[in-house]
Amino acid sequence: MSTAPTQAAKPRLTTSAMIASIAAPGQRTAPAPFGNALVELAKTRPEIVGLTADLAKYTDLHIFAKACPERFYQMGMAEQLLMSAAAGLAREGALPFVTTYAVFAARRAYDFICMAIAEERLNVKIVCALPGLTSGYGPSHQATEDIAIFRGMPNLTIVDPADAHEIAQATPAIAAHDGPVYMRLLRGNVPLILDEYGYTFELGTAKTIRTGNDVLVISTGLATMRALQAAEMLEADRIGVEVLHAATIKPLDLATILAAAGKSGRLVVVAENHTVVGGLGEAVAAGMLRAGIAPRFRQIGLPDAFLAAGALPTLHDRYGISAEAMARQIRAWL
Amino acid sequence: MSFSKPVSSPDARDDGFPHAGSNVSLRERAYRIRRHALRMGEVQGQGYIAQALGIADVLAVSYFHALRYRPDDVRWEGRDRFLLSIGHYAIALYAALIEAGILPESEIETYGADESRLPMSGMAAYTPGMEITGGSLGHGVGIAVGMALGLKRKTSDAFVYTLFSDGELNEGSIWEGVMGAAHWRLDNLIGIVDVNDQQADGPSSAMSSREPLHERFRAFGWHTQRVDGNDIDAVAAAFDAARAAKVAAPRIVICDTRMAKGVPFLETRERNHFLRVEPEEWQQAIDLLDASFSGKAP
Repeated sequence: MSTAPTQAAKPRLTTSAMIASIAAPGQRTAPAPFGNALVELAKTRPEIVGLTADLAKYTDLHIFAKACPERFYQMGMAEQLLMSAAAGLAREGALPFVTTYAVFAARRAYDFICMAIAEERLNVKIVCALPGLTSGYGPSHQATEDIAIFRGMPNLTIVDPADAHEIAQATPAIAAHDGPVYMRLLRGNVPLILDEYGYTFELGTAKTIRTGNDVLVISTGLATMRALQAAEMLEADRIGVEVLHAATIKPLDLATILAAAGKSGRLVVVAENHTVVGGLGEAVAAGMLRAGIAPRFRQIGLPDAFLAAGALPTLHDRYGISAEAMARQIRAWL
Repeated sequence: MSFSKPVSSPDARDDGFPHAGSNVSLRERAYRIRRHALRMGEVQGQGYIAQALGIADVLAVSYFHALRYRPDDVRWEGRDRFLLSIGHYAIALYAALIEAGILPESEIETYGADESRLPMSGMAAYTPGMEITGGSLGHGVGIAVGMALGLKRKTSDAFVYTLFSDGELNEGSIWEGVMGAAHWRLDNLIGIVDVNDQQADGPSSAMSSREPLHERFRAFGWHTQRVDGNDIDAVAAAFDAARAAKVAAPRIVICDTRMAKGVPFLETRERNHFLRVEPEEWQQAIDLLDASFSGKAP
């Protein structure tokens, strides 16, 4: 392929599509951690069934569909039916894992999740790809406000895993929890990072991944991966960053968060792959205020706007959730 | 062939037909369901009483002819499931559940009160025998699809009945469910559409294209029947045919009903989706109903 000489040295960044991986070049990854974990779990849990709305391939549920075809329900592009049928299956003793994109679950199927599933505390696990800013397709595919939407729903547990290691552990953990769960999913070749820190997932528990004396970053989802990378960069500048990972956003482990935030002198930053409106940042802020804890507080998150289309590395940097952008912001606040 | 006579089989009760052998006719059951509903309506002085009077015959056939259930064990695994998608019809279903012996008649006076098991809009957590939380319209068919799939997984021979309304057909989710049920060939799913041509803002037919309903459901792949929903024998025959049909398809019984059926001065009241009835009119309504049933002038 030939291009103009002046552009030859530049990597060509293409629009990050539905199948894009968020892994950086050379980063360790694991393939389809959710799909593989579900297949493993299904061996001992015959009540597990899988449902999707024309997105099995894009939510890693195709692996389950292939392994357990008689337990897989392709509902077509009908998210309202998807959620209400899952409710019906749960009523008859099945344990449905339901997949679609986060935008469609949060925006299109909300009433069906709320009234058919959550109000009756049915045992349905809703697992959604493309959370926050993980697609370059623009607002139609970018679920920048899914947590804000779901946090207001009673009975619903919300989980935002950081990497493949955590997704593999969270999948059986949410199955073991009796009640509805919304889990944000990273799909395809998913970065592996938390295994290096000896981390184990526990539903409802926030955990310190690394320690540091200058800044406390409370983060969730892929923002934790980026926060850990940013912490390494800041370490070189002798800035000590603690990273407290809150994979369970609801119910939020405020006891652990407040204990960490209450240590005086540190800047407290909440980082999330989500709009700054209504997500982890505001949940932590309200929790601190109620407890009378008032450290210097900042948020790293997506702006309250419909975001641009394009390549994810560009967009993550532009909107502040790349590792470099996080490090930049934290340096500026110190 | 008349279905107004009760089913009688010596061991039918063990098969989930608790009223088998009763000498109470379906016509009397429908009358009593209407009467319970009017008495509940009187407690609040208003409500969805016209829908209850209109659907009473369908509910009488459901609970005293078609459905298998055990009044003292509403979660019995072998029961046929009856889903009330139209949550505001709860007053009608409570009346049927009272008549069926699932709810005590004494709870009529609690209808819509604080701490009552009989809220104005039906919810599963509140009321024994209420399978789902309805009211946010357009849920009943999709949930029925899931339950029918779930019953097939368990190789259960139970049916899922789901009652929705012509107004509810405005909701796109109904049609997602209709397509899904046909796709999965759910021959254990029986839909009942109450066509009474009334919804909150006026006549359903003036609000959205509805007809030809029979042809529409047939085109969507359903086994389709349309009957006068206030003709007990016709409804019973249609339910029997729906269960017996040898086609791998979901079944629909489209029931044309008359709002406030059985109380003439309410039948003719315009815009009777949510009726406000004067205090003295409740007794007049009950008297008219009693007279109509007994054949004597009030």
